Amino acid sequence: MRNLISFAVGGLFGLGLLISGMTDTTKVIGWLDVFGAWDPTLAFVLGGAVLPMAVAWQIGARRGNRASNDMMLPSPSNAGVDRSLVVGSTLFGMGWGLAGLCPGPALASAMFGGVGGLAFLLAMALGMFAAPPVRMRLDRAASA
Amino acid sequence: MPMDWALGLLGGLIVGTTAALYLLLNGRIMGASGIFRTAITRPEPSDTRDAFSFIAGLVVVPGVVMLAVMPERVTHLTPNLVVVVAAGLLVGLGTALANGCTSGHGVCGISRLFLRGIVATVFYLLAGGLMVALFRHALGVI
Repeated sequence: MRNLISFAVGGLFGLGLLISGMTDTTKVIGWLDVFGAWDPTLAFVLGGAVLPMAVAWQIGARRGNRASNDMMLPSPSNAGVDRSLVVGSTLFGMGWGLAGLCPGPALASAMFGGVGGLAFLLAMALGMFAAPPVRMRLDRAASA
Repeated sequence: MPMDWALGLLGGLIVGTTAALYLLLNGRIMGASGIFRTAITRPEPSDTRDAFSFIAGLVVVPGVVMLAVMPERVTHLTPNLVVVVAAGLLVGLGTALANGCTSGHGVCGISRLFLRGIVATVFYLLAGGLMVALFRHALGVI
C-alpha cells in the first residue's frame, strides 16, 4: 500500500512537470535566457507550485507540525547556510543552464528523452557519487 | 504555444499539490534529487523501497501520458553529448552538495521561507542565467 502511494505521488509529480513544460529544455533555457528571447513560463510553474505548499505548511502548523505518520515537519531552525549549499547550488545551476534539465524533469522524461536523456541521468548519478569527498574538502576548508 | 503560461500554472499547481501531499503524509520535503540519491545509494531498505516506487511513478506516468496525449512535449535536449554529460555531472554533484534542487530548495524551501532554500535558489538561478548567457550568446554552443 505504501509503495502504491509513493508510486502515485511520484506519478502525479511527473504529470505536473510534463504539463507545465519543465521537461522541455527549450522552455527552461528560455527562462534562464534573460539576454535573449526570455520565456516567463517557469515563473507561473514556480508560483503555481508554491501556493499549495504554503497551504500545506499552514495545515501542518495547525496539526502541531506533525505529519500523518507522526514525523515532525522540517523546521528552519535546524538548517544553516554553508559552503556546500552555496557551491553546490552554483554547480547545479551551471548544469541546469547548460542542458535545461534538473533532476525531476530528467526522470519524468526518461521514457522519451532518448539516449541523451539517459546519458544525463547516468552522469547525474556519477556526480552524486562524487559528492562526499568534495563535501569533506569544503567542510575542512571552512573550519581551517 | 500561446497557452504556455496557463499550462505552466496548471502543471505548477499539480507539482505543488504533490509536494504538499508528500509533506503532510511523510513529514519530509519532496525533492527529486534527494529521492534519486536515496535510490542509488540505498541507505536504508524502507527508504530505498519508497524512493524506487516514487521514481517508478515519476518515470512511467509522464512517459505514458506523453506518448498517448501530449506528443508535442518532446525534450529538445541538445544532441551534443559532451554538453549533456557535463551538465549531468554538474547537476548530480551540485544537488548532492546542496542537498536539494528545484523541487526541494525551490518549491518546498521558498514556500516556507527557509533561508537555505532562498539562498540555494538565488545561486542556481544566477549560475544558470550566466551559463546560458555565456554558452548561447558568447560562445554559441547551446
